[in-house]
Amino acid sequence: MDLFLSLLLILAKSLAVLVGLLIFVAYYLYADRKIWAAVQLRRGPNVVGPWGLLQSFADMVKFVLKEPVIPAGANKGVFLLAPFVSGMLALAAWAVIPVNDGWAVANLNVGVLYIFAISSLGVYGIIMGGWASNSKYPFLSALRSAAQMVSYEVSIGFVIITVLLCAGSLNLGDIVRAQDTAYGALGWYWLPLFPMFIIFFISALAETNRPPFDLVEAESELVAGFMVEYSSAPYMLFMLGEYVAIVGMCALTTILFLGGWLSPIPFAPFTAVPGLVWFVFKVSLVFFMFAMVKAFVPRYRYDQLMRLGWKVFLPISLFMVVLVASVLEFTSLGGVH
Amino acid sequence: MTMAAAFFYLFSTVMIASAFMVIAARNPVHSVLFLILAFVNASGLFILLGAEFLAMILVVVYVGAVAVLFLFVVMMLDVDFAELKQGFLQYLPVGVLIGAVVLLELVLVVGGWQTAPAALATGGVPINLALSNTAQLGNVIYTKYVFLFEASSLVLLTAMIGAIVLTLRHKPDVKRQDIAAQNARTPADAVDMKTNVPSRAGI
Repeated sequence: MDLFLSLLLILAKSLAVLVGLLIFVAYYLYADRKIWAAVQLRRGPNVVGPWGLLQSFADMVKFVLKEPVIPAGANKGVFLLAPFVSGMLALAAWAVIPVNDGWAVANLNVGVLYIFAISSLGVYGIIMGGWASNSKYPFLSALRSAAQMVSYEVSIGFVIITVLLCAGSLNLGDIVRAQDTAYGALGWYWLPLFPMFIIFFISALAETNRPPFDLVEAESELVAGFMVEYSSAPYMLFMLGEYVAIVGMCALTTILFLGGWLSPIPFAPFTAVPGLVWFVFKVSLVFFMFAMVKAFVPRYRYDQLMRLGWKVFLPISLFMVVLVASVLEFTSLGGVH
Repeated sequence: MTMAAAFFYLFSTVMIASAFMVIAARNPVHSVLFLILAFVNASGLFILLGAEFLAMILVVVYVGAVAVLFLFVVMMLDVDFAELKQGFLQYLPVGVLIGAVVLLELVLVVGGWQTAPAALATGGVPINLALSNTAQLGNVIYTKYVFLFEASSLVLLTAMIGAIVLTLRHKPDVKRQDIAAQNARTPADAVDMKTNVPSRAGI
């Protein structure tokens, strides 16, 4: 009976996270388009609902009602599996993200590694989709994405290691609690690890295939990359997976560098605000930066992308790991680990 | 049956089935995808054992990086498996013979396995259940086994350098990009303004 109850509890928690997340993602998508439009002096979506607020839901209904077209030469099973892999993995990462103190579906000891593992699996959705389409552009896109995501994972890994060294734990909740100092927003890791914060942000853009690193779906070269042959609900799953992964990366940035659910000003009226509100606020702030980058940074060339990953970020982050470890080991900052 | 046992049977069954499909699948890309499924299930088994660090590292390293390269190569190569399988029956007796010999040897070696009592007494490290297994591994790898750990990383480094040396070719005639030189260019030495060109005369 206990087993049944605990299963039911996990199911309820997961459902709550999923429903909340999907509603947020619908509005992040809307916000992305609105911000992009505002930068270009356009109106953006403004027809469905007041100020176009229901646009994402209208899009969803449209995608679901259209006919999914499967190309004749496609490898049918893998073709249909790819969007599911993409969507499921992006959603799975949210199992360990604490949106408030103790509010995570699973409180894993290796939470950071779990998210890192899930995000490294994200490339499979793209490779499978690209290969199974049996078409040139998707295949080129899949090759690009594999190289790109493997390259930037390396620097993301090193950035995460510096944060772990400071926090002394792989548990996401403990990482946030380690940032809870008397200095408020100035004590969060974005300031002491400043160059790593920038590297993580840029690598997160590359890892989620966001502009300026969206060579995977560069419309001027590859039409729409691995999604060329997709339509209807499978296409929607790809888009959903992409945006959930982006919001997931924003949440990870918030947890690692911006103090998760903590209040930026650590005294009375501000600490009374629920942690969830601060968390959503910070995630939205990071997402706003993601959206602004999309609006005004031109796309990188492929060799520039590879150069940035391997010749700039990798040495800097490797050096920072050594530096942070030495500082923690040989000064009083490290405490007694 | 507890939940752990149920998950153990689930992971093991799927893992063995997918391992079988790796060799049975006709399409090589499907084989690699089944291999990935087997890896993921192996990491599930590690989690059931309480070795969550190993489980995550297995996914990050094998599924996230190594298998991506496998998949990459298999997709790029146009392997015709029907052609490869043509001589299958012809070589079957030899294959069965070699397999039987290897199996016999393995059984003999593993059956006669003995560990010196002295090694058992000094080799193991007591498990401290108060620490997470990441912390425990860190405590042992970077102190007691640091030389072995560094030696294995040197082996990997050698392999990496070896791969680079084997594939690196210096082509003298290739026009290379020098990013620093490009960034150091100023409008003064990049743009040449011709001021006294007569009108309608061209340059």
